[in-house]
Amino acid sequence: MKVGVLVFPGSNCDRDVVYVTQEILGQPTRKIWHRDTDLGDVDVVVIPGGFSYGDYLRCGAIARFSPIMPSVVEHARQGKYVLGICNGFQILTEVGLLPGALVRNRNLHFICDRLPLKVERTDLFWTQHYRSDRPIVLPVAHGEGRYHADAETLAQLEDNGQVLFRYCSATGEVTDEANPNGSLNNIAGICNNAQNVIGMMPHPERASDAIVGGTDGLALFKGILESVAVAR
Amino acid sequence: MSQRYQAQIYVTLRPSVLDPAGTAVRSGLQQLGVEGVGDVRIGKYVELTLDADDDADARQKVDLMCDRLLANPTIENYRFEVSAMAEEVRA
Repeated sequence: MKVGVLVFPGSNCDRDVVYVTQEILGQPTRKIWHRDTDLGDVDVVVIPGGFSYGDYLRCGAIARFSPIMPSVVEHARQGKYVLGICNGFQILTEVGLLPGALVRNRNLHFICDRLPLKVERTDLFWTQHYRSDRPIVLPVAHGEGRYHADAETLAQLEDNGQVLFRYCSATGEVTDEANPNGSLNNIAGICNNAQNVIGMMPHPERASDAIVGGTDGLALFKGILESVAVAR
Repeated sequence: MSQRYQAQIYVTLRPSVLDPAGTAVRSGLQQLGVEGVGDVRIGKYVELTLDADDDADARQKVDLMCDRLLANPTIENYRFEVSAMAEEVRA
């Protein structure tokens, strides 16, 4: 599996992703500067977290116009894998690869925490190693992570089974009390209808090495790795 | 011949989108002691200049910029005014 990690001015989780895919999983990984226009032969594009372009105007709004983005859209249209984490999720909604938008947290707090998530779909390659009856815990760090979409879009997401992760209690109940930012339907991560593009506010790359506490994120990267191996 | 225009653009959150920052500012205004403050909604104001063939061209360009970048139609509405700039202002 060849991994390309986009780097924008203001990205700050790019090296964390490279560490996971290259050092932990041993996959060839390269960082791709936002001014490049060619993704080369990468199988998976990861758009990492951070504050691309200082989050000016709206989170992800300016990154969406970076020279590399048309290639990312084409990569996705070909059915290849794209993973957007945190700011990467925001960029994916701005560029239209995922529906909805991420707006300021309900309580105005910048949330920096480790939170339980219910995995709604375990039949996707990405999430095949998770169990829906066992919440996972991932780090969350955002000020603008409240998922919003109009009622029709939200209904489509639910009907199509495009919601992958929801904020939940430690025992897996999806409740308003367990919703840290006011996201509609407690949504923490979604995929597109074709299921090759996923976006999530929590950080799986920050929970992939036991030395920093928790490895619940590693299974997501392993899932992608295995799906690419199957496709070959 | 193209002319210089000024655009004044107002971007506001759609009514269906919560505005926690507006709510926080409202509580600040109440602390200030002004009575009768109702809803507070916070938006953005963008001012820019551009060259355009005529009024219609200027409006079309500004509308494109709003729709594609300055506002996110999923969560925001926008409106704008364009006006031709006087020659002496340009100099």
